[in-house]
Amino acid sequence: MNITEKILAKASGKKTVRPGEIVDANVDMMMVHDLTGPLAVEAFKKIGVEKVWDNQKVVVVLDHQVPAESVKAAELHQTMRQFAKDQKLRIYDVGRGGICHQVMPEKGHVVPGTVIVGADSHTCTYGAFGAFATGIGSTEAAAVFATGKIWLKVPEAIKINVTGEFQEYVTPKDLILSIIGRIKVDGAIYKSAEFTGPTIKNMSMAGRMTLCNMAVEMGAKNGIIEPDETTRKFLEGRTSKALPNFESLKSDKDAVYERTLEFDVSKMEPQVACPSSVDNVKTVSEVGNVSIEQAFIGSCTNGRIEDLRLAAQVLKGKRVKDNVRTLVIPASQEVYKQALNEGLLEIFTDAGAMVCGSACGPCLGGHIGLLAADEVCVSTSNRNFIGRMGSTQASLYLASPATVAASAVTGKITDPRKLEAKT
Amino acid sequence: MSMKIKGPAIKFGNNIDTDVILPGQYLVLVDPYELAKHALESLDPAFPEKAKKGVIVVAGKNFGCGSSREQAPLALKYAGVKCVLAESFARIFFRNAINIGLPVIECIGISNEVETGDELAVDFEAGKIENISKGKKFQVDTLPPFILEILADGGLIENLRRRPNKK
Repeated sequence: MNITEKILAKASGKKTVRPGEIVDANVDMMMVHDLTGPLAVEAFKKIGVEKVWDNQKVVVVLDHQVPAESVKAAELHQTMRQFAKDQKLRIYDVGRGGICHQVMPEKGHVVPGTVIVGADSHTCTYGAFGAFATGIGSTEAAAVFATGKIWLKVPEAIKINVTGEFQEYVTPKDLILSIIGRIKVDGAIYKSAEFTGPTIKNMSMAGRMTLCNMAVEMGAKNGIIEPDETTRKFLEGRTSKALPNFESLKSDKDAVYERTLEFDVSKMEPQVACPSSVDNVKTVSEVGNVSIEQAFIGSCTNGRIEDLRLAAQVLKGKRVKDNVRTLVIPASQEVYKQALNEGLLEIFTDAGAMVCGSACGPCLGGHIGLLAADEVCVSTSNRNFIGRMGSTQASLYLASPATVAASAVTGKITDPRKLEAKT
Repeated sequence: MSMKIKGPAIKFGNNIDTDVILPGQYLVLVDPYELAKHALESLDPAFPEKAKKGVIVVAGKNFGCGSSREQAPLALKYAGVKCVLAESFARIFFRNAINIGLPVIECIGISNEVETGDELAVDFEAGKIENISKGKKFQVDTLPPFILEILADGGLIENLRRRPNKK
């Protein structure tokens, strides 16, 4: 079996499982946020069960419309605070957490080998830690509140083997954009995307999280990486839970894959996903002359300290172009504080960027930094769909923190390696 | 819910994402009829009006990709969409639709055989789809019995309520 099959077999009390088989899996951890939680609470109340199945296994994170941008959002937050209070759930409120997918691993709620569901499509991020993690909707979340179980179809797996060393300013974001450009947005529907190979072995947790985060953008049910010493180091001091034997979470040599794809990053150029599909991927040099009005560095894809360091390295001693507004949003309070201590926030501020409090920000067009018609934004986030960040007439390009920072300086989409050469 | 549905088709293309089905800025709305007013408006501002009479949405590959927002299938259902037939679905949308009682069926080849305005008939239990206007019939794999049961009950919550121990 591969790692995903091993986790699903264990969670459903079976010795083995096969792709296509439907299993009833026990859920080890679940997460809801301020935009999916209220519907789940409403649905839960209709089921007729008083208490959630296990209040130690449900986490609430307020991150999408925070701080409340409208009375309606404030009311949604109120609903979630009350539910957390009534059910005695862990809640990460404004100023206490940040983006759910950063907070969950940071605060030790993600454990390798477990089944985690979250009422958010980017829940697949936790696969970076060797957990089976997938997004669900609100009604399904209500059912998990009540039962602690979920039916899952065991997915076929695609193995993505990555070799080579990244050039400077080429990042895991460029890799995942390149992968989605090849697999396409529907190429992994219902499937598991397992990232493996020497490049992954040498990659930081931040980079692995960026890869698994965007697995859903090719339709995958989950993205997953075998846990190792890098995983253990990240989790040390964060989780009080016992970690499983990582050997038991390695894919068997005879594990079956639907297909195997090879990627060599050593000659990879910075990649850009052009409007309005995540698989419309070009190298930065192919993109040509694209002027921008906004640059966004943040989100559950690229708002981690490693991402901010890279952006700061590009922006240090420079100014963002006059007609460009640049937003920097650290993914969590912890990242914010670290960036503060390292002097990164000063670099951003001196460069003329606006640093905002930890939240999802403009990524989903909820609030902070929406776009008007005909405006162009280059963003480190994960989706460039029509209307994703405001006006349906706006255009969105996705790229790495280095490319977005370099673009903020020049006012057009720019190869970060060339910006360095000029100065 | 009846397992047989009839209605006129409204056709869309591939990769219709949940931001297009229901933009993020409306996620703070809680009334599903308010959500419905914005269903698919960025592709066709008149869609909510057209859907009112009860329609069947036909689409290409990867319908409902993107966000896990259940507000997307809710907006479609309350706009008047009786069911969605697509070449393939994004998995979270597929589950969400079933869980809120909006029938969805994967039907390979459907988007080439249906035009907007065609009258369609769908029988979920039998896995039969008919384009009455064009005189064409399709047989698809039926959904597993427990999923048909959820749909027959009108959604997952109603289905759970019926179970004695709620587990």
